[in-house]
Amino acid sequence: MLELEFMRLAFAVGAVVGVLAPAVGFFLVQRRQSLVGDGIGHVAFAGVAAGYLLDVSPALAALVASLTGAVAIEWLRTRGRTVGDQALALVFYTGIALGVVLVSSAGALDVNLFQYLFGSILSVSRGDLVLVAALGAAALLAVAVAYRGLAGVTLDEEGARVQGLPVDRLNVLVALLAATTVAVAMRIVGILLVAALMVLPVIAAGRVARSMLQTLALAVAVGLGSVLAGLTLSYYADLAPGGTIVLVAAACFVVASLAGTVAGRR
Amino acid sequence: MQVGAGVAPRSPTPPALELRGVSFAYVPGRPVLERVDLGVEQGEFVAIAGPNGGGKTTLLRLALGLERPDEGTVLLLGEPAESCSRRREVGYLAQRSQLGGEAPATVREVVAAGRLARSGLLGPLRRRDRAVVDEAIARVGLTERARAPLRTLSGGMQQRAFIAKALASEPSLLVLDEPTTGVDADAQEALASLLDELNRELGATVLYVSHEFGAVEGHVRRLVLVRGGIVFDGAPQDLPGLWHDPSHAHA
Repeated sequence: MLELEFMRLAFAVGAVVGVLAPAVGFFLVQRRQSLVGDGIGHVAFAGVAAGYLLDVSPALAALVASLTGAVAIEWLRTRGRTVGDQALALVFYTGIALGVVLVSSAGALDVNLFQYLFGSILSVSRGDLVLVAALGAAALLAVAVAYRGLAGVTLDEEGARVQGLPVDRLNVLVALLAATTVAVAMRIVGILLVAALMVLPVIAAGRVARSMLQTLALAVAVGLGSVLAGLTLSYYADLAPGGTIVLVAAACFVVASLAGTVAGRR
Repeated sequence: MQVGAGVAPRSPTPPALELRGVSFAYVPGRPVLERVDLGVEQGEFVAIAGPNGGGKTTLLRLALGLERPDEGTVLLLGEPAESCSRRREVGYLAQRSQLGGEAPATVREVVAAGRLARSGLLGPLRRRDRAVVDEAIARVGLTERARAPLRTLSGGMQQRAFIAKALASEPSLLVLDEPTTGVDADAQEALASLLDELNRELGATVLYVSHEFGAVEGHVRRLVLVRGGIVFDGAPQDLPGLWHDPSHAHA
């Protein structure tokens, strides 16, 4: 399998995505914003469509759209007088509607679009790998440096505000990291499933971990494992890679839940 | 109207908290608090009680600069509350239902989060900060449970962990909102003793806000009852007998 160039590239990009998605998703789950990745994904779809229409790189257009969408969700959530998940719903549906309109205008309702919606390892190029690796490394570095602050603030946001900590800036940082992750990960798992890879490994890890740091570490392990196992399975069984990866992650959740229940009974 | 008892506006150590003529309404025309004057000196241990809906949480939010008064001024550690530069000195324990997070945080992780205002947000915790965190955990008697996930501890132990979190910022003012919710009677008494000890040994000002004050009545030297305004401010033993049950505070 690895003698094929496209599989080597898929595994390399997949490894970055497998580590990055849960590492960023950890903070979303921790804030009970598990679906934000999905919202950003739908804005990324509008970005891809805009890329086709304007004849610029759809991947780059998706990155710009994701970043904009993430900041919009955060702004609506904190300043825009929206309640609960209304901010997410607004951006989510506006994104998908804009995407549909742009795509049909560009006459791009075809196979090319499917590779963004469902992921396509066949289309990963060396240039993609460089972009993914660079963005992934930058995002992971940001997570590593800001981990203590990001994790600490999620435990007690109001207490952090009382003490004058820059809570809003940290929230924007998480939103930007999530947007970058979506733009990077959609190459492998597709826009429709990108959020799953950010969230499922974290929920699985939370079932068995005994600390926050352990949850993060385990989530990254589950994410990486799911991508590598999913890609391998999809190659030999001729399955859709994105879906297979997410199903592996979902299976990890089932196993972790059972393990957590058993451990809890001891 | 006079400013709260014994408040000298330009003294070298400003009062921990000072409200002058403060009125506040969430809905215009329906004030939650009217013309409130309250001064709390540094080093005091004060219980703020009153019926639910009486405005004590609003008073607290005003004091911490989370709300702006419609009228009057709020000084926190001698500076306007919303722009206070000494916020890191305020250890705040929110109502338990508001303490968030999905992942299983350990006692140590929770307490370390309380150090953020002093240590900065980036990079690993330095040795001195780690020492303060360990000391805070030791002070509340949780050293042996430091690595345990918080959710595996009893309600009383969880509250002690949150107090340690507040202590980790080396606060000069400790504010606790409904700290006894979901805590059994023995643990409530232990909590009150701990706060008394922190007040005496660390010299920290303690504001204890609760709808009931039975647990701290033997420890505080001052009790403030809030119901739309301040209806009582004095030593607990001077409280009219009928009011000892806070549900009678409207009588």
